Amino acid sequence: MADKSAEIASRVASAYRAKTPLNIHAGGTKSFLGPEYPGGDPLDVTGHRGIIDYDPAELVLVARCGTRLESIEDELLKNRQMLGFEPPFVQDGATLGGAVAAGLAGPRRAFAGAARDFMLGAKFVNGKGEIITTGGKVIKNVAGFDLFRPMARSMGTLGVLLTVSLRLLPLPEQEKTLLHEEKEEQTALEKINHWSSRTQSISGATWDGHIIRIRLSGSAASMEHGRTLIGGEWLEDEQYWRALNNLQLDFFQQPGRLWRISVPPMSGPVHDGQPQLLDWGGAQRWLKTDQPPDIIRARATALGGHAECYSRDSTVDTFHPLSREQLVFNQKFKAALDPAGILNPGRLYREL
Amino acid sequence: MPNPGSTNDPLIAKFQAVLPEHCIVSDPVSMKPYECDGLSAYRQMPRLVLLPETVQQIQLIIKICQQTATPIVPRGAGTSLCGGAMPHENGVLLSTARLNKILHVDPVNRTAKVQPGVRNLAISQAVQKHGLYYAPDPSSQIACTIGGNVAENAGGVHCLKYGLTVHNILQVKLVTMDGEITTLGSHAPDAPGYDLLALMMGSEGMLGLVVEVVVKLLPRPETARVLMAAFDQVEAAGNAVASVIANGIIPGGFEMMDGAAIQAAEDFVHAGYPTDASAILLCELDGCEQEVLSQVAKVREILAAAGATEIRLAGNESEAQRFWSGRKNAFPAMGRISPDYYCMDGTIPRKMLGPVLTRITQLSEKYGLRVANVFHAGDGNLHPLIMYDANKAGELERAENFGGEILDLCVAVGGTITGEHGVGVEKIDRMCVQFDEASIAQFLQVRKAFDANGLLNPDKAIPSLARCAEFNAMHVHNGELPHPELERF
Repeated sequence: MADKSAEIASRVASAYRAKTPLNIHAGGTKSFLGPEYPGGDPLDVTGHRGIIDYDPAELVLVARCGTRLESIEDELLKNRQMLGFEPPFVQDGATLGGAVAAGLAGPRRAFAGAARDFMLGAKFVNGKGEIITTGGKVIKNVAGFDLFRPMARSMGTLGVLLTVSLRLLPLPEQEKTLLHEEKEEQTALEKINHWSSRTQSISGATWDGHIIRIRLSGSAASMEHGRTLIGGEWLEDEQYWRALNNLQLDFFQQPGRLWRISVPPMSGPVHDGQPQLLDWGGAQRWLKTDQPPDIIRARATALGGHAECYSRDSTVDTFHPLSREQLVFNQKFKAALDPAGILNPGRLYREL
Repeated sequence: MPNPGSTNDPLIAKFQAVLPEHCIVSDPVSMKPYECDGLSAYRQMPRLVLLPETVQQIQLIIKICQQTATPIVPRGAGTSLCGGAMPHENGVLLSTARLNKILHVDPVNRTAKVQPGVRNLAISQAVQKHGLYYAPDPSSQIACTIGGNVAENAGGVHCLKYGLTVHNILQVKLVTMDGEITTLGSHAPDAPGYDLLALMMGSEGMLGLVVEVVVKLLPRPETARVLMAAFDQVEAAGNAVASVIANGIIPGGFEMMDGAAIQAAEDFVHAGYPTDASAILLCELDGCEQEVLSQVAKVREILAAAGATEIRLAGNESEAQRFWSGRKNAFPAMGRISPDYYCMDGTIPRKMLGPVLTRITQLSEKYGLRVANVFHAGDGNLHPLIMYDANKAGELERAENFGGEILDLCVAVGGTITGEHGVGVEKIDRMCVQFDEASIAQFLQVRKAFDANGLLNPDKAIPSLARCAEFNAMHVHNGELPHPELERF
């Protein structure tokens, strides 16, 4: 439960002066995203851990970023609360900082929000070794630029996160699953879309080519309302949702590269007959295929989305290429926070 | 520098070359309405007012402003309460009033693409026929524009459950200070690269000019019920709020008013509030019928256990609207009992409500100015309304000092100087209380990255380091922090 802020800041300050890149790491559960051999001196931040402030009545948690999510979730569970974005790999040692920096989110994301949506503030070390405070720990706060939100999904390239404050959600009274047979992709999307416009209780919605799975969360009354709307019998299927979130379903074991395709939920098909799993009500599509990356990416772009390769392959970039204007804009932002380019260089894009 | 609106101003000819005549306002009489926004104590005539009709015109305006080092102050409806749209004496005021079209509504994906000058409420009205609405509802929603909402990351009564502007915008199209067009965000749940969409929210028009916004629309909840509860102690009302939320219920809206606010609102709109109460809570629960009914029963129990002296459930829509009318008219109600009022906007952790209100009462005595409190209780956002008379010598200054102490207090208890109104010119010095030098320097660096010459909304939102040094030297006496009696969080 140690505060290593000063130590981390001083490491970064030295690296800034020496212009030597740093490779920030904690639990290592997301190391499969990005280049296999990231350069730079390792900077292990797992020692900087501990919950700093948690008052259940405020529904807000402030913790150091090396804190394991598992211990955070244990603590929240005691008060029937949870992290709203359902980060994956909790049991494998994922930390708060890694969860925010990678910004991965579970099935609830489409209905409750992503890491960036639950963040209220953060303290981080910028690329010069200075400790920067942005946001706070209250739900409404418009003072200063919200530099903490872009930390989510930045893969540690903008700052070394020290503490993050998060808004929490109450644990639903009940959580159960309904199954619904459906063979047609378009019809499956339409059904999920329709249901999600009629109830606030959906907290997960997938389609695997045959079956729509809907997870409902809420009070007995809202669960019953949901079941009347959707039909079917209740299923206790917690295991399915956890395996989905941790990429452990049988689907993920099939041959071919794993692609995560993020699109507007009602988009037409992204696949070409390859195995796919629709998540987030259609907005996140998992694809197993060895089709050329360019083809997959072009299709995702055409649908208004983007494609990320989740299989380690030195011939394929993990993240979707940026347009020229986007890259310029991203580079400007990166340079403002990390002028010497020492924080996880190349972890997100070669140019950042 | 020519006087505002001077026909000799060489800038006019430059803009005449790229804009139609009716898009340029340069005579002082026509420019007068633009000299202030909702924070009318601060006034400044602009050099020129420009009302572009196309994105291309905005690109050309930026080009001219870059060539001539002319500051640009963007303005939506001018409802800002922090002077965010106050003109710059040497600058052009760029109004988005003519970019006011709803470009596309997609009822299936539940999105709308709109121009920045579209009014907040107009979006909800336009999509009502599809059973949809746009969730953030700042109290100025009848007038304020979506572009202004993006600039301030506007909130409103329902943001506890449905989020702020940042949670309800999918994409913005931006003209950068290089005059280029770039798109941030997408219709998908996330976009490649940094989440600069989130950075734009609440950036007070300092990082680029938003020319198009894609908003997320929500299905209208099946039903909504409103409970009103009265308390004879403010602390008890505060604890009741914490208790409801700790019990796993997130109300659609959760508002609180103190005795002074209740009295003023009741006299004004006759909402049926118990005027002998020290505080009332309004709690709106929405969702499906069964869920709402079960929540109403649960909340009733919690409120009673927390010591409510009276609990009323609005029996029908018109009674619900009457309950809300008092809260929604709290500001104009102040206008009836005081010549002027100054609206503050701090946020505090909910548990600090009791001590903070007690301290505000003490400060009210110290400054000899009355104060009423309305409060977005669910999310800790406090709006003390300080009553003063601008015609009495020294009262405005006293009100500002009183307000400043309230903001220091909010920071001291772990909160912020502004929950939803923004920093603008009004709270710029208080930024130096909330943020340390390194953080302010980092904000300035980010600003410089997107606007190297500092032309967009200069001297607002983020103070210079020199300004902070000066302010802090005056502000902290003998190294003492304000309110040493309070526990720090």
